[in-house]
Amino acid sequence: MEQFYVFLQQMVNGLSLGSIYALIALGYTMVYGIIKLINFAHGDIYMVGAFVGYFAVNYLHLGFLGALGVAMAVCVVLGILIERIAYKPLRNATRIAALITAIGVSFLLEYTTVFALGAQSRAFPEVLSNVRIGLFGNKVFVTNKELLIYGVTLVLMILLQFIVKKTKTGKAMRAVAFDREAAMLMGVNIDNTISATFALGSALAGAAGVLVGIYYSAISPLMGVNPGLKAFVAAVLGGIGSIPGAALGGVVMGVIETMVIAYGQSTYRDAVAFAILIIILIIKPSGIFGSNAREKV
Amino acid sequence: MALLEVNNVSKVFGGLSAVTNLKMKLGAGELVGLIGPNGAGKTTVFNLLTGVYQTTAGDIVFDGKNIAGKKPSAINQMGIARTFQNIRLFSDLSVLDNVRIAYHSHVAYKLPSAIFRFGSFYAEEEKMKARAIELLKIFHLDGKKDEIAKNLPYGEQRRLEIARALATEPKFLLLDEPAAGMNPQETAELMNLIRWIRDHFELTILLIEHDMSLVMGCCERIYVLEYGRVIAHGDPETVKHNPKVIEAYLGEEVTYA
Amino acid sequence: MKRLLTRQNMIIAAVLLAVYLIVQTLLSVGIISAFYETNLVLGGIGVIMAVSLNLITGFAGQFTLGHAGFMAIGAYFSAVMTVKWGMPFVLALLGGSCLAAVMGFLIGLPTLRLKGDYLAIATLGMGEVIRVVLLNTKYVGGAAGLFGIPRLTNWTWIFVSAVVTVLCIRNLLWSSYGRACISVREDEVAAEIMGVDITRYKVLAFVVGAFFAGLGGGLYAHYYYFLQPGGFGFMKSIEYLVMVVLGGMGSMTGSVMAALALTVINIFLQSYAAIRMILYALLLIVIMIFRPEGLMGSKEFSSAMFSRFERRGDRGSAGGQ
Repeated sequence: MEQFYVFLQQMVNGLSLGSIYALIALGYTMVYGIIKLINFAHGDIYMVGAFVGYFAVNYLHLGFLGALGVAMAVCVVLGILIERIAYKPLRNATRIAALITAIGVSFLLEYTTVFALGAQSRAFPEVLSNVRIGLFGNKVFVTNKELLIYGVTLVLMILLQFIVKKTKTGKAMRAVAFDREAAMLMGVNIDNTISATFALGSALAGAAGVLVGIYYSAISPLMGVNPGLKAFVAAVLGGIGSIPGAALGGVVMGVIETMVIAYGQSTYRDAVAFAILIIILIIKPSGIFGSNAREKV
Repeated sequence: MALLEVNNVSKVFGGLSAVTNLKMKLGAGELVGLIGPNGAGKTTVFNLLTGVYQTTAGDIVFDGKNIAGKKPSAINQMGIARTFQNIRLFSDLSVLDNVRIAYHSHVAYKLPSAIFRFGSFYAEEEKMKARAIELLKIFHLDGKKDEIAKNLPYGEQRRLEIARALATEPKFLLLDEPAAGMNPQETAELMNLIRWIRDHFELTILLIEHDMSLVMGCCERIYVLEYGRVIAHGDPETVKHNPKVIEAYLGEEVTYA
Repeated sequence: MKRLLTRQNMIIAAVLLAVYLIVQTLLSVGIISAFYETNLVLGGIGVIMAVSLNLITGFAGQFTLGHAGFMAIGAYFSAVMTVKWGMPFVLALLGGSCLAAVMGFLIGLPTLRLKGDYLAIATLGMGEVIRVVLLNTKYVGGAAGLFGIPRLTNWTWIFVSAVVTVLCIRNLLWSSYGRACISVREDEVAAEIMGVDITRYKVLAFVVGAFFAGLGGGLYAHYYYFLQPGGFGFMKSIEYLVMVVLGGMGSMTGSVMAALALTVINIFLQSYAAIRMILYALLLIVIMIFRPEGLMGSKEFSSAMFSRFERRGDRGSAGGQ
């Protein structure tokens, strides 16, 4: 029974990490769906979100919601700028060219931050007091921060689902993802729709950045690299281009990673993500929810 | 013995039948046409014969061997070559390299002798180049051997594709709309060229064509495909007067040479 | 033999020999300081890494982000051979390269079925897995690193290795096997239909590229006295990718020049690591937007001097007469 509680405790931790991965993965999957680009810089937008949150709390003296709002807003602007400046000129270039650019943007964000703020990590200010809630007769604990992560993630996902399914912009996004040319002929403004996709994805990444700052209390300019890659793996796991897939993939990745740390060796936590990736890519590249497409000859 | 036997081959794409119970038989040295309205499955047949697609049912016997499940490269090495409906040259490479790449399966030196330049490397390279140029001469492309393939005019690109296919030294050549986009005079020249190639290289040729004058004037036998099924086959005269064929083409202008 | 002794070949050989001897003399009299010697070594390793990566990415068209992983294998294995098994340097270099090539084969066979960005991510993952496995291998020092590697790499080794690498890859590329690799980049379907077994040639490029990356790793290990898994991460792969992209995917001379140029730039940015990375980032973005083919495109430097790359038959013999 003890073992079961330990397992449950790991589940609780894994779900928080997984929620964060899921938020980042959504941005990857949306951008990939619409312009077939692995936006390497996405993990770094999440990092920027965390730093904006940090400054918002420390210098603007905002609370949690304020910091979250400011971080999301800044990330929206950043995401749109990146797309307009770096990716838009390459829309008709090869996918490899776009990918190399994305890697460039990622490094630019990382090392500009290192240059401006230093490479060392900083303590994220305490905006919430620590409250532990005991479950099963204090065998398993959930913190208020974990509940906050679950809650914010859930709200944002429902909001996203609403935007994508019900609004005009959301419909345009799905149309462009399905067939850009046809959507254009139907009068959809491609540029604005792609911008909107980047805006939405970046907002989610910004939110994830603030949440991670609050949860782990430490942020650094390179903090986006690994979560970014893992969130990408999550998106592939769920079937890239699929929004529910990304959400599920993110949660699964978070739980697996936490379990590896708890039951295996923590030094293997990063390798496991990639091992999963390679296995999925080889066995079922379309992911859990993806669809297969083949080249026309 | 037939060179190619297609026995009840079917191809289904996610519930949609592209080709159904296809039966074909080609003897060595024949020049056969494959015609049919748009979407009849002609190119699918080519893709099945060259291993680009795997058959859903039935088998394809080429030169006495079953080719089902083999990779396109292996099938090519057995002696089947083709051109593409939408030209697929190695567009950033030179005309000469396009042809030399097709000779690759017949290269006589091994990898170490390429890297360390010993053995027959130079002799074989020169032989390969000479053969490629000889082939280009047939298609009047030898003067353009160093040009980049994508810079050639359309008609020359089509001819280069045929030259490249021949460089693999096939027994059986599949031509997918070789005259597409050509003017009547070019088409007439191409007809003569195709027949000449067949005799000179002792090939069997199967060609898809929309230009009826080319098919009727050039092919000895014709298969007519509609909705993935053979609706008629025989010599051009028989096919031309087959009511099913006329019906299939109703609304499309059929011009006879 | 006659074919090897063309005028162009002789000129190139003479220039190379002169460069070697001049630098060697300057080193032995101490005009080139230890600081610049380090950069010579790094430049040479850069050439080896960039040219071998270009074979995979530029010529065979298989975009990989895990090149540093092969370098790590070569570095660690060659170091193990000299430090733990007491083998001579030459054998250690060969051993490291061969193991990297074997890993290239084992990893390439399954992953090279993937295309474009999926392959990029899979190779990135593979590089990281190699790093993490090294991190957890006690035999090679784990996270602390492998210490006590003798410094055996010197200018002579670097120079010879770089020349051999460029020569071998050039010879491979300008043969029927190389053309087969290039055809895979151009159009996989057409290549396959023309009888080119595309999997085989993707793997060939990957294995040869990995072999020379292993060589670069072995040289690196025996210059720096110690190895740490962290030194062979994603960043390292990107560093070499920048060289290939800058020089032009599909241009060997481009890679050589870019590797040397970036090494020189690094000398000036030695103490500004962040600025260096920002510069790399900007280079990648600006090149892709304004000149995606890189400085050289797929051309080789000095068409007269290097015309033998392609037309060695005609002009090579003409030069010899």
